[in-house]
Amino acid sequence: MISFAGLPLAQSGGFWLPDSATNSPAMDPVFYLILGICSFFFLLVVGLMVFFVVHYRRRPGVVPQKTASHNMLLELTWTFIPLVIVGAIFYQGFTAYIRMQTPPPNCYDLRVSARQWAWQFIYPNGHIDENLHVPVGEPIRLTMTSEDVIHGLWIPALRVKMDIVPGRYTSTWFRADKVGTYNLLCTEYCGDEHSDMLATVEVHTREDYDAWLKDAGNYLKTLPPAEAGKVLYQRRGCFQCHSVDGTAGTGPSFKGIYGETHDMADGTTAVVDDNYIRQSILEPQAKVRSGFQPVMATYQGLVSDDDITALIEYIKTLK
Amino acid sequence: MTESHPSDEKPNDGGCKAPHVAHHFDSAQQQYDSAKLGMWIFLLTEVLFFSGLFCFYAVYRANNPQVFVDGHHFLNTPLGAFNTVVLIFSSLTMALAVRAAQLDRNRSVVCLLAVTILCGLTFMVVKGVEYKQKWDHHMVPGQTRIAHWFSDENTQSPPKKFQPDVQYVREHLEEAGHADLDDEELAQRIDNLRSYMGIYFALTGLHALHVIIGVGVLCVVLIMAIRGRFGSHRFTPVDMTGLYWHLVDLIWIYVFPLLYLIP
Amino acid sequence: MNKPLQSKSTTGSYLIDPPGLKSWLFTLDHKRIGLMFLVLVSMALALGAFFALLIRTELTLPGPTIVSEPSTYNRLFTLHGAVMIFLFVIPVIPATFGNFALPMMLGARDVAFPRLNLASLYFYVIGLVFFLLVLIFGGIDTGWTFYPPYSTSTVTPVILAVVGAFILGFSSIFTGINFLVTIHTMRPTGMGWFRMPLFLWGLYGTAVIQVLATPVLAITLLLLAAERLLGIGIFDPKMGGDPILFQHFFWFYSHPAVYIMILPAMGVISEVVSVFSRKHIFGYKFIAYSSLAIALLGFLVWGHHMFTSGQSQLVGMIFSALTFTVAIPSAIKVFNWLATMYKGSIGLAPPMCFALNFIFLFGIGGLTGLFLGSLATDIHVHDTSFVVAHFHYTMAGGVLMAFLAGLYYWWPKMTGRMYNLVWGQVSAWMILIGFNLTYFPQFIIGSRGMPRRYYDYTRLLEVNPEFTFYQIISTVGGFTLVGGLVLVAFILLRSLFVGAKAPDNPWGSGTLEWQCNSPAPHENTPAPDDVGDCYDYNDLEFDEQTKGYVMKQ
Ligand code: HEA
Ligand code: HEA
Ligand code: HEC
Ligand code: CUA
Ligand SMILES: [Cu+2]
Repeated sequence: MISFAGLPLAQSGGFWLPDSATNSPAMDPVFYLILGICSFFFLLVVGLMVFFVVHYRRRPGVVPQKTASHNMLLELTWTFIPLVIVGAIFYQGFTAYIRMQTPPPNCYDLRVSARQWAWQFIYPNGHIDENLHVPVGEPIRLTMTSEDVIHGLWIPALRVKMDIVPGRYTSTWFRADKVGTYNLLCTEYCGDEHSDMLATVEVHTREDYDAWLKDAGNYLKTLPPAEAGKVLYQRRGCFQCHSVDGTAGTGPSFKGIYGETHDMADGTTAVVDDNYIRQSILEPQAKVRSGFQPVMATYQGLVSDDDITALIEYIKTLK
Repeated sequence: MTESHPSDEKPNDGGCKAPHVAHHFDSAQQQYDSAKLGMWIFLLTEVLFFSGLFCFYAVYRANNPQVFVDGHHFLNTPLGAFNTVVLIFSSLTMALAVRAAQLDRNRSVVCLLAVTILCGLTFMVVKGVEYKQKWDHHMVPGQTRIAHWFSDENTQSPPKKFQPDVQYVREHLEEAGHADLDDEELAQRIDNLRSYMGIYFALTGLHALHVIIGVGVLCVVLIMAIRGRFGSHRFTPVDMTGLYWHLVDLIWIYVFPLLYLIP
Repeated sequence: MNKPLQSKSTTGSYLIDPPGLKSWLFTLDHKRIGLMFLVLVSMALALGAFFALLIRTELTLPGPTIVSEPSTYNRLFTLHGAVMIFLFVIPVIPATFGNFALPMMLGARDVAFPRLNLASLYFYVIGLVFFLLVLIFGGIDTGWTFYPPYSTSTVTPVILAVVGAFILGFSSIFTGINFLVTIHTMRPTGMGWFRMPLFLWGLYGTAVIQVLATPVLAITLLLLAAERLLGIGIFDPKMGGDPILFQHFFWFYSHPAVYIMILPAMGVISEVVSVFSRKHIFGYKFIAYSSLAIALLGFLVWGHHMFTSGQSQLVGMIFSALTFTVAIPSAIKVFNWLATMYKGSIGLAPPMCFALNFIFLFGIGGLTGLFLGSLATDIHVHDTSFVVAHFHYTMAGGVLMAFLAGLYYWWPKMTGRMYNLVWGQVSAWMILIGFNLTYFPQFIIGSRGMPRRYYDYTRLLEVNPEFTFYQIISTVGGFTLVGGLVLVAFILLRSLFVGAKAPDNPWGSGTLEWQCNSPAPHENTPAPDDVGDCYDYNDLEFDEQTKGYVMKQ
């Protein structure tokens, strides 16, 4: 029977479940237990049904036999047997759930911030990454919140899922026991790019993880300036006011502004060049573009010169 | 559920039905029972409808108690109290109208129904005065939008949030004993006021809608009464409207303290 | 069986008496209202199915297939879900067969409030118009669940849809009030509660839920609309509101709503299984009480839709435990149906074929509900196509099959025509096969890592290359399924023109609605003073001449 095909593989996924990245997935045995019970009852019900249909099919001259129209004992039997069975399922599911939900005391804490439609995983050293990197074999706790609508974090290989709700924190934990790359998906419908709100979970050995984390903060070195600028554009929150597709938000869009001449609020004009951009970041109120409110705060002390260079390179690429 | 009435035992005129018994009922009794049960079930749905609203209220208040403390200063408690009295009184006249119908006192029915309707209208007028005050101080949710629909100046869609008259809010809060608010605190208070007014208008607005419907139905019943349709043999419409009207009053009796009387 | 009616009615068929379009539009006759509902819900079904086909076609292959924008896809599944739920499954059986058969089964002349009944029809039409307006204004993209804050921030015309659902809620409440009162006050003297046909127990349970749950949805939707329009802040975390609160209220209605759908469906199955096995229904009281049990327990389990929303473990545990208790009454019914078939004389006319389909498919749907009710496993499969498969097996495999069973069953009484029985059986097979091909793969891919409401799965293929294969099967199945349904429509419509004239009691049923002419006469005939046992078929025999059942001489 097809429904039993997964049984022997209960430990590491199988036909029904994806390969597991943990050594003792609490959920899997419960899943196969219910699958077994369901298959049994399904076969029982449908088997009896087919048997009756064939055996007692209507034939000329054959009349229905007289049987009791109720039988208390029988009916109580098929009330209580299922009751006991669902009681058992409930118990298994509940205890496994408690195991899945209770984090051990020494968790490694990471923060997750979700928004339409990107993930931000925030590491202890302040680095923000769009993928989840974790050391193998250590319990990890994620503390999550959303900036806009409800999202959901799901890592099928780890059997964890938790909604991410704006205005509050939810948390979940897991331990990955196998080095490798796994899918991480958004499972709570959140708008247009819901199906594109994907990331990967990279499980490293502890050494690799430490090495990665050390380097990761250094994207200015590892990435070409324009791409580093794009990263900064995201991380420093420029995107909240500046779009890159030409639509004006709180601030003007970055699309195609490089090299343009703009009217300023005080009646002068200015050409958007490297110095203008630099000034706009460090002293935003110095030249305020007409049609916009002077609400941008200075980034003095928050961005380095290298950062600014990278941002300029990025803005240049936005034709 | 069905309380018994002095004249509950209407004649079961076997076979030859009274003219007001619809064709699909066997007897006036069956028709009366059906109407009564139907009405009670309908009232049950109304109760559930408002219970839902009160649940939302409870959760919101538990999470944000300050919103209610700040907001209720802006309501006119004397007017609210006056309205409460008016409605309670109208419940009395309504009950008397039902009684009068059962006792065949048609003139009293007409008078009592008219008084009930007048009470309902008074309630609405007072409510209108209160709403007008809110509007004048820019405290109606969506006011900027509503005002925008009726003007043809701006083309851009205005914000959903209303912008209350800041000076008024400050003065009012000072009167209520919250002196010396700095700008930030004041902004916070205004946010609270917004949330509060949202809830205030949701609750009182839905209730007012029920009052309007009630008054409408009462008018129909009044006309029927003037035409002399009721009497001890037939008072179901008066009775049913009465039940509805009592429910409307009852809801107000909950709404009033929940919104106006906040410690 | 029920004693035959004292006198057969002398009025003409309800279809032509009184004649004229106006007499239809303003009719207070429950039979006509039922028939008009039948036409309308079938149209809603076809509309919903149209969206379903677009969804299926899009998902067949990775990447954009026929829909080039994710936002379009999101509108498709929202409209599909909303139309199917609010316009099709919730009203379907009560409003069509309930309206048509309930008064006749009671031997009453009509429902207690015929005007309210007509109002219910018109509210349905207004609700339908609102949904059509939504379509005209570009469709909504919130999912049928309208979760804020997404639903309060998207630019699509959510308010129209919400108001539409609100109005449909009234339609549903009116039907519920009507049925409750009719069953309470208009039963004939000889019919105690436990003499009622079981279909009426199903309708009664449903009416209880409709009356108790719908108002709560109504206020929730109203607040959602107010939130969108005026920025009230009850659900907006930025204003101290709570988006999870919406979910609680939504499911407080929408979970019981799934039992609104399934209870009358189970009622239909109880009737059909007994009639076509020529056997007294087994365990009448257990079936009747289990309907009530489902209706009441169904109110206590809504939290099982929110196991991953961050609710506390204790709350999760309570909801999980309660969820399992609702499975028991369903199990009782299934076993009682089987016991009814035992040693019967089972005829496989189309209504019975669909009843068997129901047991097969609803069995799978209900049993997979156990995976969802169990906490540990729901964490993994929540919001995946596993859930999609579960609810299609219960709603489409359960309610839609029961609807078709009922349609084939009451068709002769409603239209006065017989259809082709052999083709009816073919359609049942086609639907059974198509159905399993469509949804069974979705269980597999769901638990393997395919979320629901996903426009595209290209980027999942690296880890799950098998998805494409299953999605293709699912689409092929979907088209087979649609083929089966179109065949059903064709068989029935054809019978209107070339079908043989239906006998009064073609299946040998014992309930009162079969004691009158086919199609039913305009005036219902009152029940006899002594209503017998409607599941006793001993004194009925098949009459070759009329091709129907008659009293034994
Ligand atoms: C007609 C509709 C219908 C019906 C009848 C049911 C019936 C059941 N449903 Fe389902 N459900 C839906 C429609 C329905 N559901 C919908 C629409 C959704 C998703 C909504 C959305 O998110 O969009 C949903 C989602 C849903 C969830 C949430 C999943 C999630 O989002 O994570 C859960 C969780 O507990 C659940 C459980 C159950 C259970 C336990 C039953 C039980 O009542 C089933 C009982 C039946 C049986 C058990 C089978 C028959 C019995 C036997 C064959 C005998 C043997 C039995 C035993 C031994 C127990 N359902
Ligand atoms: C009763 C409810 C119902 C029914 C019957 C169906 C029927 C179908 N649904 Fe349904 N579906 C939902 C309710 C329903 N659905 C809901 C609630 C959702 C969730 C939406 C959300 O996420 O918000 C959903 C989501 C959903 C998805 C998931 C989308 C996603 O998450 O990305 C898919 C994908 O395959 C799908 C496919 C189908 C298919 C192929 C059918 C087929 O079974 C359709 C077959 C039916 C027909 C072909 C009818 C043809 C009729 C006629 C020709 C008229 C005949 C007239 C007479 C017989 C009188 N549906
Ligand atoms: C609070 C919103 C806000 C944020 C966050 C913000 N800006 Fe601005 N920005 C504005 C506004 C408003 C203007 C237009 C008024 C002005 O020139 O000061 C502007 C103007 C600019 C301009 C000049 C553009 C032109 O066309 O004249 C540049 C360049 C710029 N911002 C860069 C940045 C960068 C880089 C960041 C992130 C590190 C950033 N901004 C973050 C609001 C913001
Ligand atoms: Cu984020 Cu879906
Ligand atoms: Cu549910």
